[in-house]
Amino acid sequence: MSTITYLEAIREAQYEALRDNPDVFLYGQDIATFGGAFKATKNLGREFPGRVFDSPISEDAMIGMAIGAAVEGARPIVEMQFADFSSVGFNQIVNQAATLYWRTNTPCPITIRLPSGGTAGSGPFHSQSMESIYAHYPGLVILTPATVEDAYWMLLDSVKLDDPVIFCEHKFLYYHLKSDGFGQGMPIGKARIARPGRDATVVTYSAMLHESLKAAEELRLDGYEVEVVDLRSVKPMDTDTILASVARTGRLLVVGESFPWGGATSEVVARVAGEAFHLLDAPPMRLNSKDTPIPYHPNLWKAHRPTTASISSELRKLLRY
Amino acid sequence: MTSADKIVTPAFNESAEDLRHDFLKALRCMILSRTLEEKLSSLYRAGGRIVGGVYLGRGQEAFSAAAGIQLRWGKDIFGPLIRDQAGRIAFGEPVIDTMRTYLGVVTGPMRGRDGNIHRGQPKQGYMAMISHLGSLLSVVAGALFARRLRGTLGDTAGATSIGDGGTSTGAFHEGLNLAAVEKLPLVVSVANNQYAYSTPNHRQYACEDLVQRAVGYGVGGHSVDGTDLLACVKIFRTAFQKARAGDGPQMVVGRLLRLGGHGEHDDASYVPDLQKHTHEGRDCLVVAQKQAVEQGWATPQDLEKWHKEARLEVDQALAMVTKEPVPDPYRENWRALSTEGLVEGQEP
Repeated sequence: MSTITYLEAIREAQYEALRDNPDVFLYGQDIATFGGAFKATKNLGREFPGRVFDSPISEDAMIGMAIGAAVEGARPIVEMQFADFSSVGFNQIVNQAATLYWRTNTPCPITIRLPSGGTAGSGPFHSQSMESIYAHYPGLVILTPATVEDAYWMLLDSVKLDDPVIFCEHKFLYYHLKSDGFGQGMPIGKARIARPGRDATVVTYSAMLHESLKAAEELRLDGYEVEVVDLRSVKPMDTDTILASVARTGRLLVVGESFPWGGATSEVVARVAGEAFHLLDAPPMRLNSKDTPIPYHPNLWKAHRPTTASISSELRKLLRY
Repeated sequence: MTSADKIVTPAFNESAEDLRHDFLKALRCMILSRTLEEKLSSLYRAGGRIVGGVYLGRGQEAFSAAAGIQLRWGKDIFGPLIRDQAGRIAFGEPVIDTMRTYLGVVTGPMRGRDGNIHRGQPKQGYMAMISHLGSLLSVVAGALFARRLRGTLGDTAGATSIGDGGTSTGAFHEGLNLAAVEKLPLVVSVANNQYAYSTPNHRQYACEDLVQRAVGYGVGGHSVDGTDLLACVKIFRTAFQKARAGDGPQMVVGRLLRLGGHGEHDDASYVPDLQKHTHEGRDCLVVAQKQAVEQGWATPQDLEKWHKEARLEVDQALAMVTKEPVPDPYRENWRALSTEGLVEGQEP
């Protein structure tokens, strides 16, 4: 029976990080007593007194503070209440944290948790996916776990890493996704074949993995075997695994939840087109959200993001080419 | 009650000998800073050696050095800003590191990857500023926070600087508020030099005096004549004593005038001549040297000797740096992550 949720995995990883390393502390809005807006730090303030702190509503200063603490040898985990609000701390992330090692040879071991992605009714400012924005900047590691196992292991790995990590955890998966346990884990930077196939490759990550897997299942009923690659980390991006998959299938669809202009999905297409043009039997395709802010009403929201239906539809076009 | 009623300006309670010691230490840092910056200015004007801009602290040395001498290298945390050459020297940064960073040689702390005033050694508690004003405040606060968390704070103090313009940023507000909430031992120097690049104060803020803001943040507020080294030394001694004693952040506002442009590329023609002849426009180095002689702490011969020594030190540093290697793009590792295995396009 599946018992552990994606959210519980995140809480458990933080619990273990706090338990195993006295240099780890948690910093975020409403996280100490209240346990966080999503309860990702539930009880941790009580279990680790003096290690879990409520911050003022100051995303810029929260990140700056974590950077200063990391320079001194601490390993902070900062919770942004919603990924969307990290834009207020953007400068500290991309200019201070991301440049510190390169400029000064001083590692910056901070983990910034971004509750990401859309859920019904959340609207334009509580639904964003920021991985593509941050991946653009050198000096950051961008993780996008799609499974309970990855949420757990990758968060533990993030805290151990000597570089700033943007940990994009998907809110839609918090309660819906369950697993029996945490399994073995995989190294950061390696993509995973989530479903093997030979007719087409879908490269995706985070919540879109699950929509893509459902779409692949739909196409199986039509006789197609679609391979689904879970990137796991947007940056670094495991180009080898992507190219190997495209070599098997000759067709590529890249699915992401963030906005369509540029970004992680474009990066996959650019790499495949540039390095494996000769392997392609069809033009590579991308599917992202629509190019508008994220809508509030569920009717609009479902049509704004890629879904099983829209991924299946794109796959059929790709397979017909 | 007006906000000014809450402004703390306690008496200097150290011995006359301590004051003399601090004053002369600061004065010598000012002389070295001015000498070094004059050299940088002429190198810039001559062209060829310094690639980027040159940003000087002329007119702000007294205010900067008076803060810097309160800091102990390797023990305290310092996040200086653009016009803190004197404070950097006072903190313990060797002159040659300034020269190395301006000339971009690989032997410098920034190894040609960053330049001029963007330099530091974070592991030594010496933060390297980025250009985004106000953003260093929370970083210095975080370093203090970590020390308290790990039980190593002791009598550590942190210090950082900002100008009148920088106080308008959200980062400054967020950072100072956070430091106040955490009651960290932090001294924030606000050099009110009347201009943010070319923008005068009346286009920058609407309060009567920036020190009034201290009340709003719940931090100690101190005002000082930034052209008066004696006054600056006294006020920073007090501010640091209070911060180290657990009174929380202290904000020191110094009133002065930037004696030059924003950078050496800027002739500051927007500063009216009349303003240059006001009290704020007087040269703090001239004032400090006069004070030293009047107090009987130094003779004109001492001053001449210190200037001469400073010129020698600067000339030797330049001669040395001129022989040092510049970065080679073919030897650069082009790696922005410390974890080698995660760098794309490079084998672990």
